[in-house]
Amino acid sequence: MRLHRVDAHVILESCGVSLGGRPILRDVTFDVAPGEVVGIAGPNGSGKTTLLRLLATLTAPDSGWGTVLGAHLGTNEVNPIRRHIGLMSHTPAVIAELGIRENLVHAARLAGEDQERVDTALRVVGLADAATTRGDASSFGMLRRTEAARLLITKPKLLLLDEAFSGLDVDAQELIDALIERTVADSGSVVMVSHDAAHLGERAVRVLSLAAGRLVATG
Amino acid sequence: MSFWGQTLEIARVDLRVERRLGDVLRIVLPFAIVALLVFPVALGVDLSAITLVGPAVFWAVGVLFGMQVALRQAANDPPERRDLYSLLGVDPAARFAGRSLSGSVLMVGFLVALLIGMIVLYSPRLPPGWPAPMVLALLLTSIGLTELGTLAGEVTAGLRNRTALASLIVAPLALPLVIGGSQTLESLSRGAVILPWILLLVATDLALAVLGVALARPLEEASR
Repeated sequence: MRLHRVDAHVILESCGVSLGGRPILRDVTFDVAPGEVVGIAGPNGSGKTTLLRLLATLTAPDSGWGTVLGAHLGTNEVNPIRRHIGLMSHTPAVIAELGIRENLVHAARLAGEDQERVDTALRVVGLADAATTRGDASSFGMLRRTEAARLLITKPKLLLLDEAFSGLDVDAQELIDALIERTVADSGSVVMVSHDAAHLGERAVRVLSLAAGRLVATG
Repeated sequence: MSFWGQTLEIARVDLRVERRLGDVLRIVLPFAIVALLVFPVALGVDLSAITLVGPAVFWAVGVLFGMQVALRQAANDPPERRDLYSLLGVDPAARFAGRSLSGSVLMVGFLVALLIGMIVLYSPRLPPGWPAPMVLALLLTSIGLTELGTLAGEVTAGLRNRTALASLIVAPLALPLVIGGSQTLESLSRGAVILPWILLLVATDLALAVLGVALARPLEEASR
């Protein structure tokens, strides 16, 4: 067992995850310190999304152990810290029948955040003029910006990005970069996964490689 | 945000989504009215008999189509939204309560509209003083059916064919609600005491509420 930093936002030690009896992650060990940006690169099917879901506490490890923001994975300790985790996943989590602003107000209310931050966030992500556009009438880029706005409002301590840059124009990519910078500036940490290692290398302090569910190299 | 704050927020958004989708008003209610029209025709019942069986047909059609109202969330609850709620710190029990609340509001509206349809179509012989007990029975049946639908949606979350499976769970478990609702009016017609049937409805609603709140988190974790 390796020694982990005591203040780490993420500690995984020999973690394994199986889905439907099939091992997806095997013996994964790494940690993420506050203020650190870590990239995880790997081809399709290597287990990147499952690893992010493990870090988001949405999946529990079958073997090994881990902590996220001090809470042990697979225990009830994760319930109170979940609201400090921000996840931008493949499929934008937007209610299709609501407008962009309505979606953000809903998220802000549920998270107990100040609703006045919604309009500021909309301006920052460039959606102020599209605030009433419904989710099902929004482009993928607009939905990604909506998610970025939500993460600006909820200010997570641990930001998890799943292929967050794919399908976005340069302006939107800069927005995600700004989100990463702000999280780090607030002593938060960022874990981003992508099949594009070069993309990660431009932004992350460390880039780990994931292949067939195992971390195989550190760059 | 408090438990009740989250409950009310989820109910508010559910109702707003329903107002825009209009599933209950535009799809379920018209079909239920058609069922009210077709039922006596299919049985070949004469017009005088319809006035007698009207309330029973109302409960049968109301509960059957009410299940569709109760289960609409099972089909409209994608995993990414469930994950988002978890990461926003929403208590799964508040999600259950919010969905049950919004569903109950819709269900009461649906059953009241159907009741009016039944009265217009069948001109049933209703006992004197029926409105208050009927409204109470409608309210309690609506709450129970919605709790059952929400619970079934949680049990089947993440499963393939979840809507069909949820229907199979709701149908037999709705029996106490059908009996309680229909027998309230029946007892009133016979001049009998309605309290046992009201208590049956209340007990069913409470049991489902306790079950839903207690199982909300384990079911949410198990669905991933």
